[in-house]
Amino acid sequence: MSAPNKSYDPVEVEALKPEEIERMRDEAFAAFAAAGDLDALAQAKTAHTGGTSPLSLANREIGALPPQAKAEAGKRVGQARGAVSKALAARQAELEAERDARVLVEEAVDVTLPYDRTPAGARHPLTTIMERVADVFVAMGYEIAEGPEVEAEWFNFDALNFVPDHPARQMQDTFFVQGADGAKGDESGVVLRTHTSPVQARSLLSRKPPVYVVCPGRVYRTDELDATHTPVFHQIELLAVDEGLTMADLKGTLDHMVQALFGPDMKTRLRPNFFPFTEPSAEMDMVCYVCRGESVGNPDRPCRTCGSEGWIELGGCGMVNPKVLVACGVDPEKYSGFAFGFGIERMLMFRHNVEDMRDMVEGDVRFTRPFGMEI
Amino acid sequence: MRVPLSWLREYVDLPATETGRDVQAKLVSVGLEVETVEQTGAGLKGPLVVGQVLTIEELEGFKKPIRFCTVDVGTANGTGEPQEIVCGARNFSVGDKVVVVLPGAVLPGDFAIAARKTYGKTSHGMICSTDELGMGDDGTHGIIVLPPEFEPGTDAIELLELVDEVLDIAVTPDRGYCLSMRGVARETAIAYGLPLRDPALLDVPPPNAHGYPVKVSDPFGCSNFTARTVTGLRPEARSPIWMQRRLQKAGMRTVSLAVDITNYVMLELGQPLHAYDRTRVEGTIGVRRAEQGEKLTTLDGAKRVLDAQDLVITDDRGPIGLAGVMGGADTEIADVAEDAGTTEVVIEAAHFDPIAIARTARRHKLSSEASKRFERGVDPKAAAAAAQRTVDLLVLLAGGTAEAGVTEISAPSAPRTIAMPANHPDRVAGVAYGRETVVRRLQQVGCDVYGQDELIVTVPSWRPDLAEPNDLAEEVIRLEGYENLPSTLPTPPSGRGLTDRQRLHRRIGRALAGAGYVESLSYPFIGEAVLDQLGLEKEDARRRTVTLVNPLSDEEPALRTTLLPGLLGALRRNDGRGSHDLALFETGLVFRPTGEETKAVRLPVDRRPTDEEIAGLDAALPRQPRRVAVVLAGAREQAGWWGKGRPADWADSVEAARSIAREAGVEVTVRADRHAPWHPGRCAALYVTVGGEETLFGHAGELHPRVVKELHLPERTCAMEVELDVLEQAVDGALQAPRISTFPVATQDVALVVASDVPADAVEKALREGAGELLESLRLFDVFTGEQIGEGRKSLAYALRFRAPDRTLTVEEASAARDTAVALATERTGAVLRGA
Repeated sequence: MSAPNKSYDPVEVEALKPEEIERMRDEAFAAFAAAGDLDALAQAKTAHTGGTSPLSLANREIGALPPQAKAEAGKRVGQARGAVSKALAARQAELEAERDARVLVEEAVDVTLPYDRTPAGARHPLTTIMERVADVFVAMGYEIAEGPEVEAEWFNFDALNFVPDHPARQMQDTFFVQGADGAKGDESGVVLRTHTSPVQARSLLSRKPPVYVVCPGRVYRTDELDATHTPVFHQIELLAVDEGLTMADLKGTLDHMVQALFGPDMKTRLRPNFFPFTEPSAEMDMVCYVCRGESVGNPDRPCRTCGSEGWIELGGCGMVNPKVLVACGVDPEKYSGFAFGFGIERMLMFRHNVEDMRDMVEGDVRFTRPFGMEI
Repeated sequence: MRVPLSWLREYVDLPATETGRDVQAKLVSVGLEVETVEQTGAGLKGPLVVGQVLTIEELEGFKKPIRFCTVDVGTANGTGEPQEIVCGARNFSVGDKVVVVLPGAVLPGDFAIAARKTYGKTSHGMICSTDELGMGDDGTHGIIVLPPEFEPGTDAIELLELVDEVLDIAVTPDRGYCLSMRGVARETAIAYGLPLRDPALLDVPPPNAHGYPVKVSDPFGCSNFTARTVTGLRPEARSPIWMQRRLQKAGMRTVSLAVDITNYVMLELGQPLHAYDRTRVEGTIGVRRAEQGEKLTTLDGAKRVLDAQDLVITDDRGPIGLAGVMGGADTEIADVAEDAGTTEVVIEAAHFDPIAIARTARRHKLSSEASKRFERGVDPKAAAAAAQRTVDLLVLLAGGTAEAGVTEISAPSAPRTIAMPANHPDRVAGVAYGRETVVRRLQQVGCDVYGQDELIVTVPSWRPDLAEPNDLAEEVIRLEGYENLPSTLPTPPSGRGLTDRQRLHRRIGRALAGAGYVESLSYPFIGEAVLDQLGLEKEDARRRTVTLVNPLSDEEPALRTTLLPGLLGALRRNDGRGSHDLALFETGLVFRPTGEETKAVRLPVDRRPTDEEIAGLDAALPRQPRRVAVVLAGAREQAGWWGKGRPADWADSVEAARSIAREAGVEVTVRADRHAPWHPGRCAALYVTVGGEETLFGHAGELHPRVVKELHLPERTCAMEVELDVLEQAVDGALQAPRISTFPVATQDVALVVASDVPADAVEKALREGAGELLESLRLFDVFTGEQIGEGRKSLAYALRFRAPDRTLTVEEASAARDTAVALATERTGAVLRGA
């Protein structure tokens, strides 16, 4: 910077003339505008805002002016430099945006490419539907009870009022287990459980009333595998034993279950039936999940699921036979209970339109995978 | 039980407009499972008439014999002239009465009849067989020849009761009485609120001493035995059409008049009967248990060796029938076709012990209409009426004479009563029926009811199933309508949700599915063969199986001791169907007997078993631990636009075990092992800590190549199987949260050279222990073998991260920690710092 010099005529300082300042500013503007990329802009920046740029140099001359001229010139130069750096920032932003846009375009990929690097796994729909049913009851306060699949006949039959030699005992085609000593047949007293009901007896023996349990599990009967039968299948069973339980409570519980699983407009229907472990006993139907009863008397819209009956048979139920309570050490004078059970395979078949039982037992990944984690 | 609606109407005056479907709905609502309603003669339209064959001309020159007949059909054809009909059947002669369908008629199956040219003649209608009329195939393949008494031109639709509806009822074991028209009629009458004409209300002469001699030696097995004799039967007498038709509709064959009558009465009253040819019975008829090894040939021609528990009917020679199950061949009623038709019969109407009959039927694998009814309970009071009804029909239809002698042996029995509070049905149902309704409904089912608040209910003889107050409650509730029960929700005590074990099982399923495994649920049936294919040693515990007495397949009589056979089967099935990149899992029970299982005794049911008794039952059961297994084959990661794929290998299977353990919050220790069916060099034994003890919980790795070959599996199939019950025990309370230091990390990498057989796990353990508390984490990031390292050696490269909770570590501190880590690894495993 030049030192103040009284003999120096500020008017004579060429660089600080207003038109000069304007010219420097406009040249900077032009240079920025002309810069086509960020490198060119960086050069223009050095040229027009750097220490040796005309405006910087002009700024240094201000000190040489007489005091009254300093303010005016300072203001002029300052405004010009402000405008230049603003223009620079604007152009910088503009060019960066352009560059970003270009780079991002270059980096674009085909997001529709498939990605099956590790194909998804899945749980079996029988497992998940069983959990789903159980959870309806868990939410009501029931607990899940489990038991062995190789079971003593006493639990599978006797405790449930299946009297020896009664025809009811032959209703369920039973796998018998050989005794450890090679003793054959019913002599071992052990069977593959034919239903989840022995868990009822075990629950009553291991808990004190009130007992509210739900028992999902695998059961066995000597049916050959075909489109509608399988020797190994799944049931879920419900047992409630408490003071003052009634058939109306059973009905309400069933209604709640089908509504929770199939929608709020669902209903159940009870028809008298016979089971040794319940008295009174009933067969339980629910409104057809597929046609919602609309196929009844409507030949134009037949329903394969319910055979246009409007109802689907779901399972058996009833009030726990007091004899079962006695065999399990529960006072039938004080307590009553209800129970029901049904086949999971069947529910899966009509809920998800499964046509062939074999699909559920063969473990073909093409069947299971679409069911995912939950059902 | 098949119930023709026309027959049912004989006992209940149903409104004429009531259809089979209507009756079905009513019966279903009172608890009879009417499975189907069959329309017989559906779509049938006349004229269908009785005709008399006038002439028969045999037509020659055709592949099969053809007859050209003229038939008198009265005025049914409008002209009264003989009707010309071509017929292919041969079982009729001139003069026979037959069933003729005339042009304009429609037979079942939408079969319209018109005059048509056939075999060079014009046939103006058809002579009909049972089949064509929808009466069912009677097995003769011939046309119907009617008894001679009907006039030509008589409407045969009505005569043969062709148009009817048949209800098919699946009778539950408690409703034995509904295996009869009488029982179904009773239910129908109740359902409609109409009176019942009880066919068992007959005048029965009192017993006397002149009847056929009978000796009951086992009054428990046979509480009641009625014998009546009818003589002078016309052996050529045949069952009338109405009876034949009812039997046919009910699903029974017609045999001979005497047998048809006993069957008819059984269907009507539910009482099984037996008719003996009196000339073939020698001496007193007896009822006793068989002697072990006694022999009897039953009506079906089977020679049977009897058991000491079988109830038999005897004469002086020995057994002549299996009581309540099937008669013997020696005393069979002879039809007219035989040398000498039966002319004298002894009728047996008895009541046998249900359990004895059930056992005998099962022992001899011989379920008959009689045994089915006795097992379910026959009305003991119906025997005399049934015998009377049989006698009446034999007199009426066979021209017989009833002998005056009436034998009736009956053990004294008191009517059964049940005491029940009048409000018991209300309490069971949750509905206020009130005493009046309860009493009325019980009376409807045939009970006598006394008492006010406490009812004394005498149950009818045909309802042996009514024994407890709840049985009576069911009667009231079903008749009041299950459909009218209200819907209320009980309030269970607050629940505890799932147990830890149940939650763990679910988490493991989700974790495996999340890792790409697909669940399979296999059958648990296995045979020796698969255990051999898995290469299990003779003494391997997995060869000790639970064996079934009656397996579906003799090849697979045992229950699985490992999940692998089923799961590998699913793998092979998928592979065979074209899915080659496979990761499957299964959880389920395996059955592991110890050989120490006891026999499960039959405990009483009239009290709670003691804890010792329950423990005794449990001791009869094999151990049934829950396991989880995975199998892998093909690519674990697919090749694709992103790059190469990666085949599934042993490490995936070990990782599956680790991820399962992670769900339990449990660390797995891995050791090399040799264990079938795994590859001896690629088999990991998996351990968890249970109560401070390292406990084996399973194995993982690549399968033995020989096993892969034997089981026809894809190359390099890998598998893992662990026992969840062990894992569960390893779960160690709530996780303690780690303390997080925010001071900077100091990273040190080390490469250690060790002998190839030193397990990486040992090196890592030594490093961790040596590095001390400052070590935050340690990761093996490379394993290298090659010339630079030397034969039989490998280089393991670890990244160690150090951090202090309270300060920034200096380089010196971190290095010192690393050095002590390496020093301990050197000491323990002979590790040498690479490049040192």
